Amino acid sequence: MATITRRIFLKRFSWTGLLLWALRIGVLVIVLWGSISTLASGRYSASTWLALLIAGLAQGSIYALIALGYSLVYGILLMINFAHGEVFMAGIFTSVFLAEALEESGFLARHPFLTIGALLLLSMAVSTTVALLLERIAYRPLRNAPRLVPLITAIGASFFLQYAFRGFFGSGFKVYPEFGRMMGQWNIFGANIQVVQVAVFLAALVMMAGLYWFVERTKTGKSMRAVSEDKEIAALMGIDVNRVIVITFAIGGMLAGAAGVLRGVYQPQGISFFMGFVPGLKAFTAAVLGGIGNIPGAMLGGLFLGVFEGIGPNLILQGLGIPAANQLKDVIAIVMLVIVLIFRPQGLLGERLAEEKA
Amino acid sequence: MHRKTFALVGLLVIAAMTLSACGATATDEPPAVDQPTDAPAVEEPTDVPVVEEFVCTDDLGCLDIAPDDPIHIGWMLPITGGASIYGESAIGTMEIAIEERGGQLLGHDILLTGEETGCGAEGGATAAQRIAADPTIVGVIGTTCSSAMTAAMSTISGAGLTIISPSNTSPALTDPGQTWEPGYFRTAHNDLFQGAMAAQFAYDELGARTAAAIHDGDPYTQGLAAAFTDNFAKLGGTVTSTEAVNKGDLDMRPVLTTIAVDSPDVLFFPVFQPEGDFIVAQSVEVPGLEDTILFAADGLLVSPFAPSAGEAALGMYLSGPNVTGSKQAALMDAYVAMHGALPPGPFGEHAYDGINILMDAMEAVAVVDADGTVHIGRQALRDAVEATSGFDGVTGVLDCGPKELQPGVEYRGDCATGEALAVFKVNAEWIASEDVFEVGVHPPFVWAP
Amino acid sequence: MTLDHLKSSLKPGFYAGIVALFISVIGMIETFSNRDIIHGVFSISHTFLVIIALITGYFSATRAQRAGIRQHGIDRRAEVVNAIAGSLIAGFVMGLFLAVLVVVANLINLRPVFVNVTPKLIDLLTFGRPSLAGSIVPLSMFTIVSGLGGALSLFRSDIRRLIVTSLLWFAFAGLISEVIRLSLSRLGVNVARKFVTTRGLTPLGAAVMLALIFAIVYASQRLRDRQRRQPDQSSPARKRAVRFRSWGLIFVLLLVLPWVVGRVPSDVLVLVGIYVLMGFGLNIVVGKAGLLDLGYVAFFAVGAYSTAILTSADQLPNIQLSFWAALPFVIGITGLAGLLIGAPVLRMRGDYLAIVTLGFGEIARFLALSDWFSPVLGGAQGVVKIPNVVIAGIELADPEELYYLIMFFCLITLFISWRLEGSRVGRAWVAMREDEQVAESMGINTIYYKMLAFAMGAMIASLGGAVFAVKLNTVFPFSFSVNVSITVLSLIIIGGIGSIPGVLVGAFALVGLPELLREFDEYRLLLYGVAIIYMMIVRPEGLLPSVRRGRELHEDEMAQDAWGKPAEVIPVPANPELSG
Repeated sequence: MATITRRIFLKRFSWTGLLLWALRIGVLVIVLWGSISTLASGRYSASTWLALLIAGLAQGSIYALIALGYSLVYGILLMINFAHGEVFMAGIFTSVFLAEALEESGFLARHPFLTIGALLLLSMAVSTTVALLLERIAYRPLRNAPRLVPLITAIGASFFLQYAFRGFFGSGFKVYPEFGRMMGQWNIFGANIQVVQVAVFLAALVMMAGLYWFVERTKTGKSMRAVSEDKEIAALMGIDVNRVIVITFAIGGMLAGAAGVLRGVYQPQGISFFMGFVPGLKAFTAAVLGGIGNIPGAMLGGLFLGVFEGIGPNLILQGLGIPAANQLKDVIAIVMLVIVLIFRPQGLLGERLAEEKA
Repeated sequence: MHRKTFALVGLLVIAAMTLSACGATATDEPPAVDQPTDAPAVEEPTDVPVVEEFVCTDDLGCLDIAPDDPIHIGWMLPITGGASIYGESAIGTMEIAIEERGGQLLGHDILLTGEETGCGAEGGATAAQRIAADPTIVGVIGTTCSSAMTAAMSTISGAGLTIISPSNTSPALTDPGQTWEPGYFRTAHNDLFQGAMAAQFAYDELGARTAAAIHDGDPYTQGLAAAFTDNFAKLGGTVTSTEAVNKGDLDMRPVLTTIAVDSPDVLFFPVFQPEGDFIVAQSVEVPGLEDTILFAADGLLVSPFAPSAGEAALGMYLSGPNVTGSKQAALMDAYVAMHGALPPGPFGEHAYDGINILMDAMEAVAVVDADGTVHIGRQALRDAVEATSGFDGVTGVLDCGPKELQPGVEYRGDCATGEALAVFKVNAEWIASEDVFEVGVHPPFVWAP
Repeated sequence: MTLDHLKSSLKPGFYAGIVALFISVIGMIETFSNRDIIHGVFSISHTFLVIIALITGYFSATRAQRAGIRQHGIDRRAEVVNAIAGSLIAGFVMGLFLAVLVVVANLINLRPVFVNVTPKLIDLLTFGRPSLAGSIVPLSMFTIVSGLGGALSLFRSDIRRLIVTSLLWFAFAGLISEVIRLSLSRLGVNVARKFVTTRGLTPLGAAVMLALIFAIVYASQRLRDRQRRQPDQSSPARKRAVRFRSWGLIFVLLLVLPWVVGRVPSDVLVLVGIYVLMGFGLNIVVGKAGLLDLGYVAFFAVGAYSTAILTSADQLPNIQLSFWAALPFVIGITGLAGLLIGAPVLRMRGDYLAIVTLGFGEIARFLALSDWFSPVLGGAQGVVKIPNVVIAGIELADPEELYYLIMFFCLITLFISWRLEGSRVGRAWVAMREDEQVAESMGINTIYYKMLAFAMGAMIASLGGAVFAVKLNTVFPFSFSVNVSITVLSLIIIGGIGSIPGVLVGAFALVGLPELLREFDEYRLLLYGVAIIYMMIVRPEGLLPSVRRGRELHEDEMAQDAWGKPAEVIPVPANPELSG
């Protein structure tokens, strides 16, 4: 159906098609021109790019973990859980108090790994609880409502959670312990690589692999896939749809909680009630980029976005002679989302199915 | 029905008893309730007593304060949201200033009320409308954020009010060619002072010849960064780059990488938390910045900064108001005695000086009738504040007359002379202070112009 | 007789307890303690808690009554006992939550984690007895208040309505006492001081206010009752004349309103007007065309910035137009922006479109803020010195005057919205919203109509932006955050999507009321969030739904998609209005 519609569009509105083509070419020209002129100027050495790449990968793995929550929920309910960024915030914002207490008591200095374990537990528990409460209170009554209704509810929930947590814990900025500093750094090819960057990347990779295994190999995973294919048929086959949905939200919450701790370990400063909103949007971008509803896609999308954000302003915008290019980092991310949605709505790894179903 | 009535009456009696037992907030109603709407009180014209010799000759008109009425001072400050620390500190110190006068001025009680402004143009404009709508307000203390003042300026000035800001620093606000309008004064330092001082410190004291700056899109940080780079260039230094980040950015490595290419001697970033924390913490990871001296401003001169940024902050410099000395100590003691803790944020001292200048000016221009009625000319009050000079305040010696801060531009309303600015250096002790609730841990002061 | 049925009261008590605990812990109670309804007697925070307790009492009483009837049959006497007992139980449960908070706060210092559990909060909850024993106070207090609420349920319904309505209006008057004070000040400072202080109503003012409100509410109820008993039998011509006269009266009232209420309410009215404008605009995009635009602030920003740049002397010194000369350009530029943003995104699915437009809203702010565009847009320092609007030599500087400008724009947009409702374009939008593919096959050019909706919404928002710019005389990038989009969206949702009166009600409730209570600002978005969730779940058609939408949403248990495509394949019921 969609392809037919599209063909009709193009035929009847040649100017729209023209505009899209112009956009396509324009974007390409801008990206190439900017990159080439930056590289030609030789301002940055290869090791600089390497360092930015690694930093981008670390940042991207955190996006990826949050993106998985969007992707899973979308895959099953076809709804954008706009409040997922706040689920992420809830976990880390709560766990920072435990971190403070453990640091003060000296436990952290003695058992840094146990501390991270405890923080992970708490953060994941809180995020999961928030995700489940959201599902129960805000989304379940709307299971059969028109599509935009749960989205609007999720926006409401997002703002509610932000300001509720601000009310609970205040609007000040909290700090995680400096695990990263403890881990030190390596010097590879003249680039400073933080050990914590590699650790964050690996941790995210492990979690992603675990999730993939869970969805592909276990019985619960199988029922999740069945529900995502068709809720009614799955129910007829004896699958408890409610239970599957709850599990999906729980997994999303757990991953968001874990992403929170990784964010705290990697970037200890600036933990506040508002810290979930922007990463939430970025993670959604990542999920769409990789193909929403697709697990490896979310990972790929997250990494891609992280790297693009880290390198993009210096590589593309500076070459175009735009002052203070790093100010426009988020603009790059959003523009990238728009471009992907226009030209490849199914994402990098997404199947056509995702679009057809919608 | 009978039973219902009985049950209801019973409950009402119990409720009434509880309410009256609940003491302080719930009881002592004045007996005035017994005589509702006594007609003569309503019909009585407001300014009957002024039939004596006083004739108002003020260009903007006069405020007449009847014998039993209080002298009403308004504030326009943020008391909720992120900037509330400034508002709370300012209100706290103003209350001290009023108490020091026994709560009275010219034989009248002082009434201090205010309007929430938040930290933006809309809040400033709304608060200004309310202040302007209140005919009893004599003078105003506010605002905290420069953008709020920009939007409030014409309303406040048009209403004939005098306003003294404790913490606006934008140069445009006192430049008559830009935003300034009559009636506006401030006790905070103009950014031009701080920019010039920071540039001078970097150039002369640190011996820097190249510098870079980062701002975060806030009008304050952008203005200060611009003032710094302008002055640094004027001194003969080279500005390698002026970069910007956004509030909410986490990864500062790209922007630091851009700057690190030129390895500037000094990196000036007058931003706030948490972006400043990220810049400091991540700067050690970027090659090319090893020898760059980090230099921030009063946005980071807050107690949680150094513990948050950690080891990386050691040895960096911060510029900001240097309000110290015995007067400041006494004010802080009074603050603790009155409010139970130190002020949550800076610029309380400036508000204290501001309200004192305002009250001194009122005393200077007021005409008091035999019955105690006070007349204050609005223009006269402005003139009196502007004539303030050599005011020995907590924040230094203040002088509210016109000043030529830039060649050819006469700035109006700047009371601060910039002498109370200084540079501080972050030491290990501050970084190690874990308790972020403890305010007042300040880094040692290293240099003042 | 068993007491089993009283268990039904535990649930309302439990929920009320959670709500009371929540608003205490997040600091709402303390924030509002600085304002009184009656000076020195009753603060706004206490009002909140008391209202919660009263509502709890009322509901648990009716629940207990009903449960009692179910289990033991109708028994008038038992009903009274049940109502009182049920409400007392619920109040006790609610009080228990707060009592536990007081106890815990006494034993441990919660402040390092929960910053708003301050000694002052405990002081407020215990009415000045913050010790361990003070925990008795909220317990007994809310038990009794809830009991009063239960007793309320025993009154005859018309008396109950009279009491409740009067008390609510009185509480409202207390909330806006500052505005009342400033308006009364125009009659003379001494007059104002007798009735209202800077903190709240005086006891005298409260008595007068209560009497006044009571009289008005009573009179209006009597009037309504009489009308209901004797329906209007006059001729159609007479009816039309009456309607005409009442519209004329409303119009005259609107004209003189700012001079009656004074400066501060006028200022609020101007702001409400700006949001009404934007509500109308977004209603076209979301309500009529079914495109969820979360970046509506972008058009507001474009309108404000283009007005600022074209009229201010500081930016682009060669171009300095008057407001009226600039207005066509402003509308044109924003319409163009609407088309430019619309062209790439309109082919996207509803939920993607929402997120992408959210992104565009952020881009607008980022660009306005950027150093890149600062030579034109002013960057972080904004654009200042935007001149006031001049009409026929009169400068609109004060809010009372500006009111007429916004009023003028609102009436124009109102007229446009109203005319669009049944027009060919309007019907095409409805068809598109109901089912895009069917609409397409009916020969409706969906892309064209989507573009049209987007551009029209943008142009209306630009009017709001233009008034915003001349109201503040300055424009800063920070005024254009995502919160504006969310506020506009919330107000049309709460008022009723697609409903014209809904926009008015929504704007007054969501923009006007918080403006009157500025301390509220910190909790504004929190309450918007709650309101959105509540409305979406309980009353998706809004407070004042448009007739069509109400019908749509309740048709087929809401399975029929109303705005956006159906989530699952559902047979599309024939819509009679499509053919019209």
